[in-house]
Amino acid sequence: MEIIKAQNVNFYYGSFHALKNISMDIEEKSVVAFIGPSGCGKSTFLRLFNRMNDLIPKTRLEGQILINGQNIYGKNVQVDQLRKEVGMVFQRPNPFPKSIYENVAYGLKVNGIKDPNVIEERVVESLKGAALWEEVKDKLKKSAYALSGGQQQRLCIARAMAVSPQILLMDEPASALDPISTSKIEELIRELKKQVTIVIVTHNMQQASRVSDRTAFFYMGEMVEYGRTKDIFTNPEKEATQNYITGRFG
Amino acid sequence: MVKFIESELEQLNKEIDEMWILVYSQLENTREAVLTSNKGLAQQVIVREKRVNAFELKIDSDVEDLIALYSPVAIDLRFVLAMFKINTDLERLGDFAEGIARYVVNKEDSIPLDADLLKELQLEKMFDEVLSMLSTAREALRQENIDLTAQVFEKDNILDELNHNSTAILTEYAKNNTDQIPQCFGLSSIFRKLERAGDHITNIAEEIVFYFNAKILKHNHKALMDDMIS
Repeated sequence: MEIIKAQNVNFYYGSFHALKNISMDIEEKSVVAFIGPSGCGKSTFLRLFNRMNDLIPKTRLEGQILINGQNIYGKNVQVDQLRKEVGMVFQRPNPFPKSIYENVAYGLKVNGIKDPNVIEERVVESLKGAALWEEVKDKLKKSAYALSGGQQQRLCIARAMAVSPQILLMDEPASALDPISTSKIEELIRELKKQVTIVIVTHNMQQASRVSDRTAFFYMGEMVEYGRTKDIFTNPEKEATQNYITGRFG
Repeated sequence: MVKFIESELEQLNKEIDEMWILVYSQLENTREAVLTSNKGLAQQVIVREKRVNAFELKIDSDVEDLIALYSPVAIDLRFVLAMFKINTDLERLGDFAEGIARYVVNKEDSIPLDADLLKELQLEKMFDEVLSMLSTAREALRQENIDLTAQVFEKDNILDELNHNSTAILTEYAKNNTDQIPQCFGLSSIFRKLERAGDHITNIAEEIVFYFNAKILKHNHKALMDDMIS
């Protein structure tokens, strides 16, 4: 069953037509990778799923984006509530200038959870879920900045997961990490898929092929091809997709 | 600017083509050696078989490097996988050529085989069809012409029929020429090897189609030909 449904989505930055008539369904508890050259619109499209583009002036959206059947750009939608359901992890780890524990507990507190026992339980659960617990269990009060880049990114994932989102958006989550940290993030994506739907933007073709169930290729604001990752990487239907993934683009 | 992987793929393509030419020449010389009972030429085929084996190992190693270093995908991956399998099939064809050449070398005399028998068996035609299949498959790859692969599948049926007929002919001949029974066994073995060679060339054609169309057509030639006709 689809959890995200985009219908005839057009998006403009001022007069620039950034996304052109995109429709796609994303299945619940699947991993979907968005690939394409820089400036093709994949991150713009991703950010529509939790209304991050609302913060950019002079933008305009046409079409609909439904999550669990509800138009997330509808009048009654609470954006803070939407972002609780649709978490996000960015290219560069962005922990808060707080302790490791407080980073994960923050979202819970903001969402009105006051019972320290509940908070502690959820913090531990989230850190374990983000495959970080063993590395930080003895230094929870230390600053998050003391962690390595890869650990910080997993902390950000733990922070996002602490509020039990249904969807996790990842915008190049491993592009600033070394191969070992990248591999940990990829393993984590496979694990998290059991709980959440993941949409990931990546420039790393192998990462897309390793972690995702379906892949969408974007070019100049259009979604050129969307299909099973296995098919996209062995036998794409469109020549443009083939040229891009084999490195012969342009 | 040419991508690194493109020059590697081109190099693999060249190597497979060289292997192809070498194996073709092995089968061609074997044909000549059998039909003229030329032991010298047969010996040459046996010696050159080592080159075929060495070439196969070299190509295997290059494919391994290419996959490890360049992670080919999509059409590049299909090309590499197809070449890897074609390489194995070509090596098997080399083995058949050597096996037949050994028959010529080990034959007790240099007296040519019974010309009437060979004519009835259509041994020359059998060899020619194998060589033609191999050459057509090579052209199919070089010209990227999928229609040529259909010709390969059709010719394989001819080989099957010639091989099938040979059994009855050789049985009858052996009954009437008991002193020639060893020769009949030898000829029967040659037919079987050539029929198997046809199967390997059919595999090669399948790999070419897989590369072109990403259609896996194991055991499904008819559907392919119907597809191409429609």
